[in-house]
Amino acid sequence: MSQVDLTCRLLDLRLRNPVVLASGVIGTSAALLKRAAEAGAGAVTAKSCGPVSRSGYPNPIALDWGGGLINAVGLTNPGAEEEARLLAKARAMLAPLGVPLIASIFGGTVKEFAQVARTVAAAQPHLIEVNISCPNVDDEFGTPFAGTPQDAAAVTTAVKDVVDIPITVKLAPNVPHIGRIATAVVEAGADALTAINTMPGMIISPEAGCPVLSNRMGGISGPALKPIALRCVYDIARTVRVPIIGTGGVTTGRDAAEMLMAGATAVGVGSAVWYRGVAALGEIRKELAMFMTSEGYKTLEEIRGMAHQ
Amino acid sequence: MIAEGNVPAFVQAPHLHRPFTVANIRADNHRTRTLVFCEHLPAQPGQFVMAWLPGVGEKPFSLAAAEPLALTVAAVGPFSRAMHRLSVGDRVWVRGPLGRGFQVSQGNILLVGGGYGVAPLLFLAREAIATGCTVEACIGAGSAEDVLLAGDFENAGAAVRITTKDGSLGRRGLVTLAAEAAIAANRPTMVYACGPVSMLEAIEELCARHDLPRQMSWEAHIRCGMGLCGSCELPVPESGSNHDRPAGPHGSGWLVCLDGPVSFSGWE
Repeated sequence: MSQVDLTCRLLDLRLRNPVVLASGVIGTSAALLKRAAEAGAGAVTAKSCGPVSRSGYPNPIALDWGGGLINAVGLTNPGAEEEARLLAKARAMLAPLGVPLIASIFGGTVKEFAQVARTVAAAQPHLIEVNISCPNVDDEFGTPFAGTPQDAAAVTTAVKDVVDIPITVKLAPNVPHIGRIATAVVEAGADALTAINTMPGMIISPEAGCPVLSNRMGGISGPALKPIALRCVYDIARTVRVPIIGTGGVTTGRDAAEMLMAGATAVGVGSAVWYRGVAALGEIRKELAMFMTSEGYKTLEEIRGMAHQ
Repeated sequence: MIAEGNVPAFVQAPHLHRPFTVANIRADNHRTRTLVFCEHLPAQPGQFVMAWLPGVGEKPFSLAAAEPLALTVAAVGPFSRAMHRLSVGDRVWVRGPLGRGFQVSQGNILLVGGGYGVAPLLFLAREAIATGCTVEACIGAGSAEDVLLAGDFENAGAAVRITTKDGSLGRRGLVTLAAEAAIAANRPTMVYACGPVSMLEAIEELCARHDLPRQMSWEAHIRCGMGLCGSCELPVPESGSNHDRPAGPHGSGWLVCLDGPVSFSGWE
């Protein structure tokens, strides 16, 4: 296994391996981000924050429905000011481990995105994820900005105008042509893309006769999302030339290999923490190395984008 | 749940809520009731479930018994008051069991419960006595009317010491006092505690001082119950002296729903 090199360049960042803790899962404190890094992640993403604090939705907020998970946490966050303090603390705790920190932001308007970006940039995260695709807050914020090329580009431009830190824009799967959204966002200045967010869905309890989540609808993640994510990453990779953090349903090292072969530069992992614990981050890294060894690959470059050939 | 043959296990979604039917309801004290259900839910003492009432909400409860399932509910908020309004034959939707429960040990064990924390300890007492342990239980409460399940511990075969803050029943003071007296009288092989965080910290300190192994069940704001949302991270005590310890009850990044609710110290 020692011959396999898992190091990975993501823009100017050097990741010790391509496994990235995805936004929304245990990224709520500096201590938990450090824990994810210690478990083996190559980079970690904090939970998305907005301009002001939100407590999120009442329970139930998350379920394992069999083929995957569904959640509507409701963008629980402490607000950008407090988040900047959390990020600064996390950055200091991650520094000795050499694990880059990715902040994640959302807003209800283009202006709010810019305002939140400016606030969290003060903490100097290595990358800012611009979450234009949360599927769970339509009632409050309207259709996600990820829904049209124009809206997606407008947010990207506004954020790029106010920060020097590179940004990755997080796209939604439920659009007719994700490649068009990707093109618009890259033309507007996105340095990288994170694909994909969860897929809108619903679970109904037949005995209770009503949706289980208090928000009624939620975002599907976990194994059910993987084929959708692979197709989106594949489409994006053949359309634009920026790094992609391929995210959606990656639970094993073989899943990570598939995501890389679809064209991802790095691989986001979230729901696997439910299936396999926080250790999933390190286990997936190990399994990817084992897979590469058994198939005779030595570097990630050999498999990245392979499915396009 | 209706069993469906020839259907893959994941399609049957074992982690989704299942309806449990209330078989009987017992008033434990002026604000606490135990709901006993018709169905069994194999689980360890100290594990918890998420109980959902459609249209009302979903809250975590540690198990008071597993076979059949029993939940001890104090009416402290809108959800628990709705649980108190249930009648025999009504249903509660339950997912779980979740989390890491108590490990039953050998010998003479000491249980320390504060307030509603005594419910999972009664489940533990019954299991421990069944496997041959000698059990002593210290039960703490605000006043006599708040004392919970003392008679059940006695009926299960445990020795009981009661403390109340106002002295209206048993010894006056905090339950830590009773625990200290119990340790002095008969050194336990293991201490188990469940209650408010301030009580657990006092018991942790007491056990550390006496070099006693302990298992403690922690409370937090549990939302997803799946180790994902981060809501139940146990705050690091103000002193912060153990800040760099890896995930542990006083360390950083400890999730009550995933790593706990039971912590283990002084052994393993």
